[in-house]
Amino acid sequence: MRDVAIVGSSQTKFGKLPKSNVELFAEAAIDAINKSGLSQKDIEALFLGTVFSDFEEGQVNMAGFGGAEIGLGNIPATRFEGACASATVAVRDAAMWVASGQFDIVLAGGTERAFTMGTPFATRTFAMGGDAKYEAVTGNTFPGAFAMAARLYAVNYDIPLDKLMEMLASVTIKNHKYGALNPLGQFYGKMGDLTVEKVLSGPRIAEPLGLYDCCPFSDGGSAVVITTAEIARELTDTPVYIVGTGQGSAGALFRQKDFTKPKSRVASARMALKMAGLSPSDIDVIELHDCFTPAEAIALEAMGFYDWGTAAKASDDGDTDIDGTYPTNISGGLIGKGHPVGATGAAQVHAICEQLRGEMPQGMQVDGPEIGMTDTLGGDFGTIAHIVLSLSKRRK
Amino acid sequence: MAEYILTAEDYYNGLRENKLMGLKCKSCGAVTCPPMKVCDTCGSEDLEVVQLSGKGTLRTFTVSRVPPEGFEAPYCPCIVETDEGPWVPGRLNVDADAATQDLIGKRVTATHYVLPADKYSAGEMVSALWSLEE
Repeated sequence: MRDVAIVGSSQTKFGKLPKSNVELFAEAAIDAINKSGLSQKDIEALFLGTVFSDFEEGQVNMAGFGGAEIGLGNIPATRFEGACASATVAVRDAAMWVASGQFDIVLAGGTERAFTMGTPFATRTFAMGGDAKYEAVTGNTFPGAFAMAARLYAVNYDIPLDKLMEMLASVTIKNHKYGALNPLGQFYGKMGDLTVEKVLSGPRIAEPLGLYDCCPFSDGGSAVVITTAEIARELTDTPVYIVGTGQGSAGALFRQKDFTKPKSRVASARMALKMAGLSPSDIDVIELHDCFTPAEAIALEAMGFYDWGTAAKASDDGDTDIDGTYPTNISGGLIGKGHPVGATGAAQVHAICEQLRGEMPQGMQVDGPEIGMTDTLGGDFGTIAHIVLSLSKRRK
Repeated sequence: MAEYILTAEDYYNGLRENKLMGLKCKSCGAVTCPPMKVCDTCGSEDLEVVQLSGKGTLRTFTVSRVPPEGFEAPYCPCIVETDEGPWVPGRLNVDADAATQDLIGKRVTATHYVLPADKYSAGEMVSALWSLEE
């Protein structure tokens, strides 16, 4: 397989935006193409993540409209839907097609416009990412799934639930601290000084989770331009190589039994690291799927950065902050930057590209990272994907 | 044609009579519930329909305060480890405002509740309602 690199990446502002799904994608896509030094005529295929566009706008079959909007011509354009992991699956497949030799230059990204749905209907549609026949019938929601995970985690590791939620408050305090610094974040300039007391006393959403344990609904778009290592070197001095990718799947949450140790995530992360020839300890910066505070701890453990049952404490100890062992979600993550579900994965990839190139906004740049990793969760571990990115080519 | 011997509709209809129906694998002996096309443990298609005891142990739950459209909070989605092995979802039949972590590990028994059809479902749905054993 050929070596593959990213030569341009972008995201729109995340938040409540007066723009259509196609417009949100188009802004990010044109910005990414312009940064790459390429033009629309060079793009050979489009891989586009979108999740709820039918409920949001009455629009399905989005990929063709997205490509046409930015003048890509009649190239292959495909919609990817893996719930909140949609854009990461799009980026992964785009990388595979380039690696295979079928295409030399492709555009991958995503878009979402969740605010038009309002909270009750958005909560309903998001819950459709879980098993409809047996799970959604209970009225469970995504915060509910991670509330259940938090309770299991507390039992598994014999941590009083109050103490666990106090430790997990460190996740949202950290991610909001950086989200407040991110000009493209949904909470830019806001909530940068959350306290444990404020987090724990927030309105209850799905007990034990409160409002500040949760990411927001968001609108936003994202895009990356992916090409061969050879073309990348002609275009830029700082290509970011896609050195490993992984993907996993699972059935309904209850069939996974102890879902504090999600097998799909373990398999996907191992696949990505094995392809890259790397170990967790080689990773310098991480963007992972912190949809809810327990999700960050579970992801850090499943990806192999911490032993089972130790990541909540590691987070509370500051080990995942910008100067810790594993700087995590220094973009603000889903909690602080926002979570436009169809766009999130490519925005995570964009954040790692900026970290590796030393282009993060002030106060958010990790010191000299060379290798980064993204983690994106779709549904309740139904779709999981990982991307490993590096300033150096894959070890052979 | 590889037809189902126990469909989701059959599972719902069992619950309507407070029977928790599943599949026992003739190959490995494991029980699958709710039903699937193959054994959830070994993948075998050699299955027979069985009725579970309807008893188990509460493994986890939440108190839902911000419900999806079409639902009225508060209520307690939960997952129970049945005595036959499978983890089975449903709702916990307790006072949601008094539900605390020490419920986990309690013994529970299944009856059922019915969720009416709406625009975004394929019809009426039925789920287990788990009550604490006396």
